[in-house]
Amino acid sequence: MSAGGLHDLQTVALTVNGSERTVAVPAHRTLLDALRDEMGLTGSKTCCAEGECGACTVLLDGRAVNACLVLCAEADGHEVTTVEGLSERGLTDLQEEFLNAGAVQCGFCIPGQVVSAEYLLRGNPSPSEEQIREALSGNLCRCAGYQRIVRAVQATAARRRGDRG
Amino acid sequence: MAEAPARPADELDLQAANGSPARIGRPVLRYGGADRTTGAQRFVADLSFPGASQVALVTIPVGCAEIVGVDSSQARRVPGVLDVVTAAELPSPMPRFGPSHQDRPVLAAGGVNFHGEPVAAVVAETTDAAQAAARLMRVDFRELPGVYTLDAALAPGAHLVHDPSIRPGDPRAERNVLEDALYTWGDVAEAQAHTDVVVEHDYTFPMVTHFPIEPGGTVVVPTEQGGLDVYSPVQHPYLLQRTIASVIGLPLNQVRVFAPDPGGAFGGKQNPKLEPLMAFIALRMRRACRLVLSLEETFHAMRRAGCRIRARTGFTRDGELTFHEVHADYQIGAYADVAPRVMAKGSYVAAGPYRIPAVRIAARAVMTNTTPSTAFRGFGSPQVAWATESQLDAGARLLGLDGLEIRRRNLVARGEAFVRGASAARADGEWRESLEKAAELVGWGEPLAPNRGRGIAVGIKPGATSGLSQSLVRLLCDGSAIVYAGTSDMGQGARTLWQQIVAEELGTPIDRVSVISGDTGTVPFDLQTSASRSTVFMGSAVLEACRDVRRRVLELYAETTGVPAEELDEAPGALITPDGRLSLPEAAREALGTLRGEFIGQGTRRLRGKGDHPLGGDAAFYEFNATAIEVEVDRETGELLLTKHVSVSDVGTELNALQVVSQDEGAAIMGLGHSQMEQLLLDEHGRIRNLGALDYRIPTFNDVPLELVTAAVENHDGPGPYGSKGISEGALLCTAGALGAAVAQATGVVIRDLPLTPERVWAALRDAEARSRADAELRSAP
Ligand code: FES
Ligand code: FES
Repeated sequence: MSAGGLHDLQTVALTVNGSERTVAVPAHRTLLDALRDEMGLTGSKTCCAEGECGACTVLLDGRAVNACLVLCAEADGHEVTTVEGLSERGLTDLQEEFLNAGAVQCGFCIPGQVVSAEYLLRGNPSPSEEQIREALSGNLCRCAGYQRIVRAVQATAARRRGDRG
Repeated sequence: MAEAPARPADELDLQAANGSPARIGRPVLRYGGADRTTGAQRFVADLSFPGASQVALVTIPVGCAEIVGVDSSQARRVPGVLDVVTAAELPSPMPRFGPSHQDRPVLAAGGVNFHGEPVAAVVAETTDAAQAAARLMRVDFRELPGVYTLDAALAPGAHLVHDPSIRPGDPRAERNVLEDALYTWGDVAEAQAHTDVVVEHDYTFPMVTHFPIEPGGTVVVPTEQGGLDVYSPVQHPYLLQRTIASVIGLPLNQVRVFAPDPGGAFGGKQNPKLEPLMAFIALRMRRACRLVLSLEETFHAMRRAGCRIRARTGFTRDGELTFHEVHADYQIGAYADVAPRVMAKGSYVAAGPYRIPAVRIAARAVMTNTTPSTAFRGFGSPQVAWATESQLDAGARLLGLDGLEIRRRNLVARGEAFVRGASAARADGEWRESLEKAAELVGWGEPLAPNRGRGIAVGIKPGATSGLSQSLVRLLCDGSAIVYAGTSDMGQGARTLWQQIVAEELGTPIDRVSVISGDTGTVPFDLQTSASRSTVFMGSAVLEACRDVRRRVLELYAETTGVPAEELDEAPGALITPDGRLSLPEAAREALGTLRGEFIGQGTRRLRGKGDHPLGGDAAFYEFNATAIEVEVDRETGELLLTKHVSVSDVGTELNALQVVSQDEGAAIMGLGHSQMEQLLLDEHGRIRNLGALDYRIPTFNDVPLELVTAAVENHDGPGPYGSKGISEGALLCTAGALGAAVAQATGVVIRDLPLTPERVWAALRDAEARSRADAELRSAP
């Protein structure tokens, strides 16, 4: 990464969904805007732009973060997975369960919910309802499919444990 | 009564749904759902417009001011800035628009009427440049003594939000009351003679904002033919088309509105707001112009009217209502938008679904220097229901009845009038069933743990009182079908229903039915996506279009095969021939023959209003809901823990059980928002103090009741396809009343101001304790 003044562009090299990407961005550019505007990955959504809604959730080196709070430059040399990356080979079991549970209404919050829920399930294959609510508490849904989303996560966990399907 | 099971979605049989022929009522998976989980769904901010210039809005930090001057010299020097548009760059007098009153200027002209009203727009090559330049704009203004509360607006000599010159011929132009409504029947004075108990209280309902997770935005692209393509995630593309055409002076065919699916709307994306400004800017720039809103900007664009209600209610000793008087002031904001109708339609049902011999409802739409309020799920009903439902509980407490019993004694039966007089309204459902079901599911009457209480409430809302939906259905030669339906799919899943109807009526497998919407250039007219009307109106139009297709198949089949038409008949999914049943797609194929082609069916559902009706017509249906809540109150902190929340809606027929559940749960949680935590707070300059997600709290995963149960009563008695009714708003109509009653039972303290935040509950408990201590001292004093 090359340093520079306020309006100078910095070159940032990062891995996005498994591919090496290099972008030239001003220092203040967030990872979210870089993904959406420079890389055409619009699956991550912008709502509050201040870390409160979770619509922009991505995995940074495997950890769920609000991409609106991360500067693109901070992701230099790191690995980013967006909802598009999770869906590369078609719908995941988690996404299928979101649909089966009726968790998807307007859909605007859903990519962020899917990424947060995937992160939860990778770290905790059998989360309790309480743990699901807590893990997703930073992801707002105004259509309030909260109860549906909890069921989707539970169903996915069961499926991954081989309980059914 | 038909069965009304509580329905967690995992009991809904999805496998059967997508494979079996009977598609009505099944939890068919959402049309376009998969794309919404992968991020492939394109919302307006996701669309790319190469070469578009970016627009940023300029505002001033007060709610009411005269603009003295605008200096854009610094802003113009920012590299990449193309133009700065102020009132001076727009036509004079400034064009105004609005669905009922043409009072909203394209851009603030001369003064600002609410915090966040744009006074200028910067156009630049990039968003960065536009925003940097917007910050460098110098707006010289003189703050005026704006009116930010009902009291200020109604005080004698109050600052007038609108100069009387823009309300020509309006006898109320010298006041901040924009419209009022009066509904009366019976004789209150006479009814008092048969009254044993009277309760009289004031209630308040906060201003709240829609907070769609998608803030939205608008892109306008001038076309080579001199027209405009307008991209905006609106609920009413045809209204936007008409508005742009009229402010710009273009024929309708030159304005093409593309409406990408809104990422949540809830009423907030119905009416034009910034689109006319964007149209003028794009015409001036002769290139595509794009504005993407921030969440904060949506706070300045939409909200629900706050309301103050005084209610006086009489009961007999047996708990029968004798009279009910309501005075409701809706705080509507700086421009009319659709708020006068919110006031008129909401207050029309302010006496609730009850049998009351004498009623007087007086309501006013009061302008203040605040964000213009607009349609918001429930459309004026939740505000008055909060007061009326709380009044029933107040009466019940005095009479030693419980909340269920007093409602049983007063709820109207099917066919009975709950609004009387010239514009009467009658119950169009077996509403008692919903009440009883809610009571049963919440465990009404079971013993309560300490610090717990239960409340039950009911709510009604009139559906659309006039409407027009037109649809086209094309049955293609391979048996697949395309539906054209202008309903906005903003999360309720409208397109899924059209797929289901076509599958049912034409026998086409669901996955071979596609739906086109959101484009006024290709999709026929639809008045609105609002008031939970689409299932009934557009649903009927799609159904009729399908039947039109069937008739055409029959005719052509007769012509092609030589079988006389009189010997043929059609039925859902089939053509009946003398040789037996043919599946409709097969019959269509045979009829079309080797030239192929397709069948085009047309459907229209029109409900004409009534000129002499205060709402412009009888409601096509009523949404009815009963909600019961059990709450545990932490007396130390005032925090409420919802242990159980039951919502039962009278749905007529569920066309898609899964979508009904989603709508009900979503509305129930939204109702908890305004009941428990949401409120817009203003400072003395009329600025929103809690602007944005950090300070304005909406329900999160942690606010979902421990147990949230929704159920539907189905009596197949709605005016929509297969006996359906609209269902999207019911579950928030009376949430507040049920919660308030539950808290009152748990604590013995009644609170009449929303939201029931921990601070408010805690303070009310503390005050009550202080009062009872004082009383005890008084009693023990010698
Ligand atoms: S947009 Fe990043 S948390 Fe809201
Ligand atoms: S599905 Fe609409 S905001 Fe979550």
